[in-house]
Amino acid sequence: MATNSTTSLLIKRRKDIFQIWVDHQVEDPALRDDLMSNDELRNQSEEFLDLFLQAIKSGNLEDISRTEYQPIVDLLTGISLSRAHSGFTPRETALYVLSLKKAVIRVLQEELENDPASLVNEILNISNLLDSLSLVTFETYIQGREEVILRQTSEMNEISTPVIRVWEGVLALPIIGTLDSERTQIVMENLLQEIVETESNIAILDISGVPAVDTLVAQHLIKTVDATRLMGAECIISGIRPEIAQTIVHLGINLEGVQTKATLASALKYAFSKMNMVVTKRK
Amino acid sequence: MTSLNKETLKIRTEQDVIVFRQRLREYVVKIGMSVVNQTKLITAASELVRNILAYAGEGQATIEVVSERLQTGVKIIFKDSGPGIPDINKAMQDGYTTGKSLGLGLPGAKRLVNFFDIKSEVGHGTTVTIIRWKR
Repeated sequence: MATNSTTSLLIKRRKDIFQIWVDHQVEDPALRDDLMSNDELRNQSEEFLDLFLQAIKSGNLEDISRTEYQPIVDLLTGISLSRAHSGFTPRETALYVLSLKKAVIRVLQEELENDPASLVNEILNISNLLDSLSLVTFETYIQGREEVILRQTSEMNEISTPVIRVWEGVLALPIIGTLDSERTQIVMENLLQEIVETESNIAILDISGVPAVDTLVAQHLIKTVDATRLMGAECIISGIRPEIAQTIVHLGINLEGVQTKATLASALKYAFSKMNMVVTKRK
Repeated sequence: MTSLNKETLKIRTEQDVIVFRQRLREYVVKIGMSVVNQTKLITAASELVRNILAYAGEGQATIEVVSERLQTGVKIIFKDSGPGIPDINKAMQDGYTTGKSLGLGLPGAKRLVNFFDIKSEVGHGTTVTIIRWKR
C-alpha cells in the first residue's frame, strides 16, 4: 500500500523533516523568540514529530478522533493552551503545525520525484491530516482565551464591589460599571453580609461610576434598597449626576421612597445628622 | 433626511448591550451632542435593546447619523423577529408589563427622544425607530 510506504519513508527521513521544520520556524521573521527560547521550541517540535509519526504508523491518515491520535491531540491542546496564555496569536500557533506540512512535502517531493501521481496523492493525504490538526490548535486556542476572559470577568465582579466602612455604623458601596442581574446579586450579598458583620445602620450606594441608569438598573437599585431596609438599615443612593436625574424623571421611575443625594459627601453628611453627630473644625 | 454614517450591530447577549452602548456613545460624542441629551438617548436605546433580549431573544440595532434642515441627530432602528406586541397602546402605558420589569421601558424611552415610532406584527417581530436631535 502506498500509504504504508510513505509512512515508513517519513519515519526513515525523520531527522531531515525535523531539521527542515525547525529551520523553517527559526528562520521565520515572525518567530517569537521573546516568548519562547529556541531550545524549548526544538524540544517541543521533536516531541510533536515523534507523536505524529507514531500516529500515522497506524495507517489512519484521516480521522484524528481515533485513539491513535489521542496523544498528539493532547500534546497539541497543551501547546495551544500554553501559547494562548503566554500571548501568541492564533495565527502563530496554527502556523506552527502548518509549517510542518512544508517540511513533510519537501521530503516527499525528494523521495517521490519520479512518481508524480502518488506524490500528489500523498501530499493531499498529509495535507488534510495536518489541516485537521491545525484546526485543533485553533479550537483550543479560542477555548484558552475564553477561559482567560471568564476568569477576568469573575475577577472584575469580585474587585469592583468593595464595601467600605467609612464610619462606625456607616457603610459605603461605590458601584462602577454596568449593573446587571449577576452583579446586583454580588453587590447585594456583600452589602447585606457587611451590614450584619459591622452592625451598621446606614448604607450608602454610590452610583457615580454607573454610565447609564435605565429601568433595569433602577429596578436592581430599588431591590437592593428594599433588602437593606429589611435588614433594619437605611440605604442612601448617592452620586446622581444632573443628566441621570433628568433621565430618571423622563423615564418615570419612582424613587420617592428612596433617600438620594448628589454626592457621597452629602450622603455622609446626612448619615452624620441621622446619627446625631456633628463634624466641626477644632478651635 | 440625509444619512451620514451608518452601522448595524447584532444584539444577542447581555455583553452586546454594553458594546452597543459604547458604540452609540462614540457616535453621539462625535456629533457633539450635549451630555444631557447623550444620556437620554443612550438610556432610551438601552431600554429598547434590553427589550429585544428579554422578549425576542435576539435582534439588531442600526445606528445612523442623520441630518434634516439645520439639525443633526442620531437615529436608531431596533429590529427583531420575536413574538411581536399584540396591543401597542397597552404596551405604551406606564407600568404595563408582560414580564417582571417596571413597565416603563417603552413609554419612558418615548419621553427621552424626539421621534419615536413602533411597528409590530404578532408572530413576525417588532421594529422601533427613535431619533434624538443634537439640541
